Amino acid sequence: MSGIVWALLGAAVAVIFAGMGSAYGVGIAGQAASGVVTEDPSKFAKVLVIQLLPGTQGIYGLLVAFLTLSKIGVLGGQIADISLVTGLLIFTACLPVGLVGLVSARHQGTTAAAAIGIVAKKPDQFGKAMLFPAMVETYAILSLLVSILAVTGIPL
Amino acid sequence: MAVLKMQRITVCALKKNRKAILERLQALGTVEIDISLPKEEGLMQMDTAGSRFTFLKYAQMADRSLEILENCCPKKQSLFSGLEGKPLVEKEEYESVVQSRDALSGKVRKIIALDKEIAENQGKIQKLEVQAEGLAPWMSLSVPMNYEGTMQTAMMIGTVPGQRSSEDLYQLFAQNAPEVEAVDMEIISTDKDYTYLAVLCMKSDKVRVEGALRGIGFAVPSQLPNRRPQDVYQTLKKEQEQLEKTNENLKRQIMEFQEVQKQIRMLADYFRIRADKYEVLGNLPQTEHVFFVSGYIPEKYGAAVEKELTGRYEAVVERTQIDEGEEAPVLLQNNSFASSVEGVISAFGLPGKGDIDPSMITAVCYVFLFGLMLSDAAYGVLVSAACAAALIRFPRMGAEMKKSLQLFFWCGLSTLFWGIMFGGYFGDVINVVSRTFFGHEVGIPAAWFVPLNDPMKMLVFSMLFGTIHLFLGLAVKGYMCLRDRQYMDFVCDVVLWFCLLVGLILILLPTELFASISQMTFVFPGWVGQLAKVLAVAGAVGILLMSGRSSKNPGVRIALGAYDLYNITGWVSDVLSYSRLLALGLATGVIASVVNQMGSMLGGGIPGAILFIVVFFIGHTFNIGINLLGAYVHTCRLQYVEFFGKFYEGGGRAFHPFKENTKYVDIKEENIV
Repeated sequence: MSGIVWALLGAAVAVIFAGMGSAYGVGIAGQAASGVVTEDPSKFAKVLVIQLLPGTQGIYGLLVAFLTLSKIGVLGGQIADISLVTGLLIFTACLPVGLVGLVSARHQGTTAAAAIGIVAKKPDQFGKAMLFPAMVETYAILSLLVSILAVTGIPL
Repeated sequence: MAVLKMQRITVCALKKNRKAILERLQALGTVEIDISLPKEEGLMQMDTAGSRFTFLKYAQMADRSLEILENCCPKKQSLFSGLEGKPLVEKEEYESVVQSRDALSGKVRKIIALDKEIAENQGKIQKLEVQAEGLAPWMSLSVPMNYEGTMQTAMMIGTVPGQRSSEDLYQLFAQNAPEVEAVDMEIISTDKDYTYLAVLCMKSDKVRVEGALRGIGFAVPSQLPNRRPQDVYQTLKKEQEQLEKTNENLKRQIMEFQEVQKQIRMLADYFRIRADKYEVLGNLPQTEHVFFVSGYIPEKYGAAVEKELTGRYEAVVERTQIDEGEEAPVLLQNNSFASSVEGVISAFGLPGKGDIDPSMITAVCYVFLFGLMLSDAAYGVLVSAACAAALIRFPRMGAEMKKSLQLFFWCGLSTLFWGIMFGGYFGDVINVVSRTFFGHEVGIPAAWFVPLNDPMKMLVFSMLFGTIHLFLGLAVKGYMCLRDRQYMDFVCDVVLWFCLLVGLILILLPTELFASISQMTFVFPGWVGQLAKVLAVAGAVGILLMSGRSSKNPGVRIALGAYDLYNITGWVSDVLSYSRLLALGLATGVIASVVNQMGSMLGGGIPGAILFIVVFFIGHTFNIGINLLGAYVHTCRLQYVEFFGKFYEGGGRAFHPFKENTKYVDIKEENIV
C-alpha cells in the first residue's frame, strides 16, 4: 500500500516545484511590468502577455499531477492498489516537470523581466521580446513531455 | 503576394506650386520622402523649424483642450472602444474646419484659460481649507484670537506640546513660577500633539507668567486674527463656497464647448498635418524658381502619380529603378488571408534585401500549427466568432488590429478543425454533463484519435508535421536560390541536405528503435533501404566536400564541411522542438477536464448545476486565455526560430510614406489609385 504514498508524493512534487518556480517567475516579471505601466499605462496588454509567460510551468505541473491523480484513482474515488515499485516509478516520472519547471520558470521570469525592458524602450520590437522568454520555456516543455510519456506509460 | 517593387521618383516643379504639390503628395500618402540629391551650388533649403514648432504647439493645445473637455464631461466608453478606430470625415467638413481655424483656435485658448482658472481656484480652495483646519482647535474660544486682556488683566493664547490636563499644567506652573498667585488657564482643546491654552493673569505678572509658560514649551500661533475663531471660520467657509460656485460656473462654460469637440479634433489633426508638411518643406532643395522632391514610390502607383503631377501642376517627374546597393523600404501586398500574418512577420522583421515575402506560406503554417496547439472545437468557435463579431462591428479599426483579428479568426477555424479531429469540446464537457446530470454518459468521439489516450502517436505526428514544416522552409530556400540563379548554392545547400535528411529518415523508419517508440512498423522493399543508404552517404559526402566551397584551402574546406555536417544535430533539435505541439495540445484538454471535474463535484441536482455553471464560466475563460497566449507565443516561436531559420533573414525597413498622420479622424480624399 505504500506505493500510493510515493505516487501521490510525485503528483505533489510536480505541482509544488513547478508552481513555486512559476510564482517566482511571474512575480519577478510582474515587478518589471508594474514599473513600465507606471510610466506608460498603454503598454499594459503587451507587458501582461510577457509577464504571463513564466506562468506556464505551473500549469504543466498541474497537468502532470492531474494525469497522475486520475491514474492512481485519487480523483475517481477508487484508489488503486499500487505496489511500492510502481509508486516509486510514478514518483520518478513526476520529477522532471517538477524540477525543470522550478528552475526554468525562475530563469524565464528574469528573462521576461528583461524582455519587458525591451517593450518599455522599443514597443515595436514586441515580437522579438516575446521570443527570448519562450526560448527558456522549451526545456520545461521537454521535461513535461518526458513526464507525460512516463506517467501514461507506467503500467499499474 | 509579394514585396512591392519600389521606384525612385524625383519631382521638379515651380515654386508657386510647391505647397499644392506637397499637400497632394501628403493626401495621396504613396511616397516616402527621401532627399538624397547631390549637393550642388545654388541649391538652398528653407528654414521651417519655427513654423513647424508653432504648428506642433497649436496641435498640442488642441489636444490639451480635448483632454479638458473629456475630463469635464466624461463619456461612457465601451470596453471595446479601443477597437473603434478613427472615424472618416468628408473632405468638405474638414475644409470648413480649416476655414474657421482662427475662430476655433480662439475657442481652444478659451477652454485652456477656463481650465487654468479652475485650477487656480482649486488652489485657493485648498489654501482656505488649510487655514480652516488650523482654526479648528480654537473654535470654542469666545474672544478674538488677538485679544490682549482687560485693563488689569493680560490674556495669552498658545499651545504647549503633549496632552496635558489642567492639574498638570497648574502643577508645572507652580513649580516654575511659585511667586505668581493669580493665573487662570483654560484648555480650549487637545489633540494628539498639542494642548491649546488660553491663559489669563494680572498685567503686572505678565512677564513672569510668559517666562514660566515658555519653560513648558508654550508657543503663540503665527497668525492671530482680530475676530473670534468661529467668525473667521465661517468667513473662510463662505469664501470657499463662493469659489466652488465659480468653478462650477466655469465648468459649465467649458461644457458649452462640447459641441465643437469634433471640430477641435479635426483642428488638432490639421495642425499635425501642417507640421509634417513643414518638416518636409524644410528639407527640400530649391533654387530661386524651382524646387525638388525625391523619394520612394511603389511602382504600381508611379504612373498615376506622375500623370497627376505633370498634368495638374506642370511638374517634371522622373522615375528610375532603385540602385543595386540601395536598400529600398519594404511594403507588403497580399490577399486578405496571407496579409493577416503580416503583423507576425513584421514583429520578426520585414523581408530584407534578397528575402522573399513569406506571408502566404507562413500564414498557412501558422494557422495549421496554432489550431493543433489549441485543439478544442468549442474554443475555436468562440475565438472565431469573437473575432468575426469585432471585425463586423468595428469596420474602421486600425489596420494592424484588423490583421491580428483576421489571423485569430482563421486560427479559430483551424482550432475547430483540430478539436473535431481530437474530440475536444470544452475538454470533455459533454461526457461530464451527461454523466453527472443525466445519468448516462454520451460523448462525441474523436474523428481521428484522442491524444491523451495515445500520446506516443501524437508525438510522432507532431514530429512529422515539424519535419514537413522544416522541409517546406528548406524548399523555399531552394526556390530563392533558383530565382537568383545560384544553381551551385541550390545543389550544395538545399539538394544535398534533402538527400541526407530523406536518406536518414528512410534508414530510421524501419528500425526496431523507431517501431518501439511509435508502435508503427514500416517494412520497405530492399531497394528502398539501398536507396536510403545511397542518399544519406551521398548527401553527407557532398556536404563535407562542398559546404566550405568559398575557401580555397582544401584543409579549411573540409573542416568547414565537417562543421556544416554537424548541423544535423540542429535538425534533430528543431524536429524535437515540435513536441510542444503535443504538450500544448494536451495542456488545453487536461485543464479543461480539470475544470469540468471540479464543476461536477457536487453531483447532479440544482446546487450541482449552479456550481457547474459558475466553475464552467470562470474555468474555461481562464483556460482559453492562458492557452491562447501559449499557442500564440509558441506558434510564433516555431515560425521564427525553426521555420525562418531555414531561409529567412528579415531586417527590412518598413515603408513610411509621407501622409496625413492624423490622431483623431481620417479624411476622405479623392484617390487616383
